[in-house]
Amino acid sequence: MSSIDFINENVNWKNITPGGEIYEGGTADEFCTGDWRVDVPEFLAEKCKQCLLCTPVCPDAAIPVKDGKRLDFDFKHCKGCGICAKACPFGAIVMKKEEK
Amino acid sequence: MANFKEIMSRPERLTGGHRMCAGCGGTIAARNVLKALKPEDKAVIANATGCLEVSTFMYPYTAWKDSYIHNAFENAGATLSGAETAYNVLKKKGKINSTYKFIAFGGDGGTYDIGFQSLSGAMERNHDLVYVCYDNGAYMNTGIQRSSATPHFADTTTTPVGSVSTGKPQNRKDLAEIIASHHVPYVGQTTFIGNFSDLHSKAEKAIYTKGATFLNIMAPCPRGWRYATEDIMHVCKMAVETCYWPLFEVIDGKWVLNYKPKTKLPVEEFLKPQGRFKHLFKKGNEDLIAQFQKEVDERWEQLLRFCEE
Repeated sequence: MSSIDFINENVNWKNITPGGEIYEGGTADEFCTGDWRVDVPEFLAEKCKQCLLCTPVCPDAAIPVKDGKRLDFDFKHCKGCGICAKACPFGAIVMKKEEK
Repeated sequence: MANFKEIMSRPERLTGGHRMCAGCGGTIAARNVLKALKPEDKAVIANATGCLEVSTFMYPYTAWKDSYIHNAFENAGATLSGAETAYNVLKKKGKINSTYKFIAFGGDGGTYDIGFQSLSGAMERNHDLVYVCYDNGAYMNTGIQRSSATPHFADTTTTPVGSVSTGKPQNRKDLAEIIASHHVPYVGQTTFIGNFSDLHSKAEKAIYTKGATFLNIMAPCPRGWRYATEDIMHVCKMAVETCYWPLFEVIDGKWVLNYKPKTKLPVEEFLKPQGRFKHLFKKGNEDLIAQFQKEVDERWEQLLRFCEE
């Protein structure tokens, strides 16, 4: 069982982990920060040359790369900062207003 | 070094879902340093108090795939020294077989100021670890108070610009040079440029050089520097092209300049996009910019002498 399944606002102090330790890595992956967005990037795959210049500039690891190619955005984590759109030399990322 | 596509295809070691601000430079720095780790190696991370520490590990959510130690403001260097020593003992006894690399992260507050003595100790004892400073030039986590990394004339909440003040009255100190004077095997200074080859290669050298190594990474903070969030790469580029933030490394005491602009741009290009320097462009403040330029020039000339350029 992952610690995020039982450690929340309602947990009894006796059930939290000693020393506030957790015994697994990368649990933040389950946390949604996508709802912070004001602007949302759109990936225009047909304009993309797969140079990957958009990938290191993302603070939220929200541009997945598989076998040397980027995929569409991870919208669960993307905060809409727009850095990737500026880093793209080919106009393959455009920022738009998020529709809620 | 692995090529850019290979590096970016490596599994993420700092996941999304952390609570750093949108467009945060510190996270970009940490994520890309970890990209330089070989996928088969494990890491132990210690983190001095700062934005990165409080926002990437909010119990029970951790964005770190590797072992991570919460730490006070002043002792990331000491904590990691201890962890590295314990690892060496366990390895000698045959109780650990995997390769672990030891990486400390700290902001400029936790590195230039509060964590300085424990960092200096770790460097002098030459533990096999890397200390990475993500330098955003102020205590951003607590609300943009000045640090010894804050540039001259910057507007911060403890050096507010107004009728009697033109921002921080003092200059910033050069931490990379100070650490180089510890005679450690590797010191690198970098920031975010192009495809990050400068950052990735320095991170790889720092991680895989035996002994204590230090990386100083300029990591802009959109909130504290007050530039448009999406412009981070432009701000970094201007810092390098104006020679405000030169890219260099010190390998076994030998200074190497990694980039020399063909035309050194005036420092205004770096200052202009940032709200914290807005007052410098008011009428009557031309001499302040001239003073800033003079300081940048002097340090650049000194660096050229160190690098025998």
